[in-house]
Amino acid sequence: MMETAFTPLQSLGGGALIGLSAVMLMGLHGRIFGATGILTGLIAPGNRSDFTWRAILLLGMISGPLLVLALTGTMPAVDVPVSTAALVVGGLLVGVGVTFSSGCTSGHGVCGLARLSPRSAASVVTFMAATAATVYIIRHVIGA
Amino acid sequence: MRYLSLYLTGLIFGVGIAISGMANPAKVLNFFDLAGTWDPSLAFVMGGAVIVTFLGYRFVLKRPMPVLEDRFHLPTSRVIDVRLLGGSAVFGIGWGIAGFCPGGALPAIGTGDASVFIFVGALLTGILLARGITASRAPRAATA
Repeated sequence: MMETAFTPLQSLGGGALIGLSAVMLMGLHGRIFGATGILTGLIAPGNRSDFTWRAILLLGMISGPLLVLALTGTMPAVDVPVSTAALVVGGLLVGVGVTFSSGCTSGHGVCGLARLSPRSAASVVTFMAATAATVYIIRHVIGA
Repeated sequence: MRYLSLYLTGLIFGVGIAISGMANPAKVLNFFDLAGTWDPSLAFVMGGAVIVTFLGYRFVLKRPMPVLEDRFHLPTSRVIDVRLLGGSAVFGIGWGIAGFCPGGALPAIGTGDASVFIFVGALLTGILLARGITASRAPRAATA
């Protein structure tokens, strides 16, 4: 376990930018901004134009940290307090889970809640509770 | 124009994720660790993102169509079933184990951090596995 600094202003500003991009994708391109949908569409595209818009969007997303580096001189931190095995197991579970739930923190959590979708609200409450329970068990019951 | 707009939309999302702390598993896991090294920052990320998206959607979804496309693609499923809740729970468990969610991990690719590649590789594998399971059963609902 490692302490991390409480960053309300940065996090609020970052969140607002995430919201702005979701509004832009809907207002300009008519699409929900969901990382699960974007990724799934890339590895199993229905047709070529569906692949292209997602690929360009992803390219923009990946450029984000590099723009932050260019503007501030510091690469955004990626501190990983878990093992490689945890990354693999966690990644597999996330992939399976979001495929069945048809969305994740961005699709259900941001866009779905903003549309007042009961389906998204049910998903968000469930995954937030499952995440908190998992962190509690790993850190305080197993004590890893 | 269309491609530039998609790239900039992705870029804004990526910058938002990078400065908010969502790309940093240490920060994400601490948000869920209420009994330990709690860092409430992520509530500000979600709050900022949902409020901006809610207000923006009210404006853009009043238009007959998006600016650069001919129609809005909105999720139509309203079912709250075992598939949605089970998938959400599995996603949450994976998120609690690894500390990355898809929306946080995709922009984090830009940092070049090896952990991100391990997580995204496992994530893609999980999505393909789940799609393999579902393809042999019922037809899939559209991804939100």
